[in-house]
Amino acid sequence: MSDNHSDKHQASSQSEPSASVDIEKRKFLIVTSAVGALGCAAAAVPFVKSMTPSERAKAAGAPVEVDISKVAPGEMMVAEYRGQPVWIIHRTKEMLDKLNHHDTQLKDPKSEVPQQQEYCKENGRAIKAEYAVMLGTCTHLGCSPNSRFDVTPDWDGGFVCPCHGSKFDLAGRVFQGSPAPTNLVVPKYHYLTETTLLIGVDPEGKA
Amino acid sequence: MANKSTAEKKSVLADVLEGTVNWVDERFPLTSNVKAHLTEYYAPKNFNFWYFFGSLAMLVLVIQIVTGIFLTMHYKPDASPLDGILGNPSVAFASVEYIMRDVPWGYVIRYMHSTGASMFFVVIYLHMFRGIIYSSYRNPRELIWLFGMGIFLALMGEAFFGYLLPWGQMSYWGAQVITSLFGTVPLIGPDLMEWLRGDYLVGDATLNRFFAFHVIALPLVLLGLVTAHLIALHEVGSNNPDGVEIKKTKDKKTGIPLDGIPFHPYYTVKDMVGVVVFLIVFSAIIFFAPEVGGYFLEANNFVPANPLVTPSHIAPTWYFTPYYSILRAVPPIGVSQFPGVVAMGLSVVVFAFLPWLDRGAVKSIRYRGTLYKKWLFAFVVSFLVLGYLGTVPADKFGQFGSWLGKADIATVIARVFTVVYFAFFLLMPWYTKRDKTLPVPERVTG
Repeated sequence: MSDNHSDKHQASSQSEPSASVDIEKRKFLIVTSAVGALGCAAAAVPFVKSMTPSERAKAAGAPVEVDISKVAPGEMMVAEYRGQPVWIIHRTKEMLDKLNHHDTQLKDPKSEVPQQQEYCKENGRAIKAEYAVMLGTCTHLGCSPNSRFDVTPDWDGGFVCPCHGSKFDLAGRVFQGSPAPTNLVVPKYHYLTETTLLIGVDPEGKA
Repeated sequence: MANKSTAEKKSVLADVLEGTVNWVDERFPLTSNVKAHLTEYYAPKNFNFWYFFGSLAMLVLVIQIVTGIFLTMHYKPDASPLDGILGNPSVAFASVEYIMRDVPWGYVIRYMHSTGASMFFVVIYLHMFRGIIYSSYRNPRELIWLFGMGIFLALMGEAFFGYLLPWGQMSYWGAQVITSLFGTVPLIGPDLMEWLRGDYLVGDATLNRFFAFHVIALPLVLLGLVTAHLIALHEVGSNNPDGVEIKKTKDKKTGIPLDGIPFHPYYTVKDMVGVVVFLIVFSAIIFFAPEVGGYFLEANNFVPANPLVTPSHIAPTWYFTPYYSILRAVPPIGVSQFPGVVAMGLSVVVFAFLPWLDRGAVKSIRYRGTLYKKWLFAFVVSFLVLGYLGTVPADKFGQFGSWLGKADIATVIARVFTVVYFAFFLLMPWYTKRDKTLPVPERVTG
């Protein structure tokens, strides 16, 4: 290509062999190409952006504010977030004490599997130990486990899945021998006030 | 005089035909293209069984495009519940059932398409295996191989996007799992995943875009790549089971390779035999076992998608299982599954590097030494074992005792074969060089 170009150029203006490359024209081509590429990149924005969640999807998946002031100690409530039940359990002192009694019977007592946010690994998998927040769907087949808070000599209180009998404690940790492979999922959430939760957003504000 | 008598013998029809061809040739290079790609494209005369699969892949592509066009006439990419009643199967699922039950001959067209998807991979895997055993990827055919890899990737995309469309349980959860893989990418993962899904979960937005990719975007890419694959092939000429370049020994007068025969009629006729045998198998599957025991169409995909209920065992269709096994076999680093995702990606893409990994003195397996053959055998075994393991749950064979940390036996086997799988590629420069090869003949051996 360049040989060809210089040949032609020399044929037309043999007196200046050093001017075989038209620097001005090359600069012009580089600049116009760069501007053109920029234009293409700008034109790609609507297409790439059109694939992000629409306003309708965002509205349907917006974070949910939940007032937890009316949950009595030892009771639970169910909120809904993105089509899934979210449990909020008000754990009493006794309930919390019992959490450490059955670690050897759990599949993942220290919550190593990332089923919860990093800020929910301690305190019985909660930000504040008194209020456990978790998705109420079994990690086996997605049925919703039933609460069984009555304490018996061999049951410290927790949840039992009606479908295949998976058992979870009051921190949503799964017992050995359950078909469910992992602990229940703790969603992103944080406290707006002492008694209101925002489910779907981290304490750092990340959705 | 002689000229005149032959002209008289010519029928009017032949005259019209010749005139038409001439008319076209003056405006479009018809005759010269037919010559370049068919009647005067000289292919080695020693093609064997393995050379059926290229043309069969073209046949399956045509089947998929034609059946696909007819399926889109009745299919509806809509994840909303039928009649707007919550709990009903989706409009998409219902439209597939409508095709199966109410559309005249719809079930045949749908089974042709679903069987075609699996048979595409059967044919392509055999076609790729041919390329490997005869080193058809090597100089000067690297670009043919790379275009082929592009076709392979596009095909995997087609299969994955297409599998979501019936909006059954396996469609839904398969897409959920695969899109989640992108969520493991450090930093941008969650945003990337959301961007791919177009929603926080796999939903209607996901279904519609997958439909667009499946019926428009990827077919266009596929057709372009197939064209490039063939243009590159016809530029350098076909390899053959001896790995000898037939262009080296040409007839001095005509310039035609001595070991070459015109593609048409010789190989068109040969390929038609392959087509007939293939269509016998293909029809047998469509009419007698379209689900192939859950391998071509999984039982769970006849259940409408339910975002609240995960099937107990999620497995991809058989053609993805070797890579899926590798994904499961690679242990996470900390809590990140990303290493497994990277390994899975590499296990597919690594084929593209074959032209530069192979340092053997010969091309064809006929003249390779035992060292290479052992490695190839180990690779084939690991591909098949990983493929099988990908179809079963990780706890299928129980666990080892506490001496191995109670690891799942199936997972440990998958790990061993994952190492073998990658060793075949990564050690290739070493063992192909060290391999004691046999002398290669000057001409093809027939």
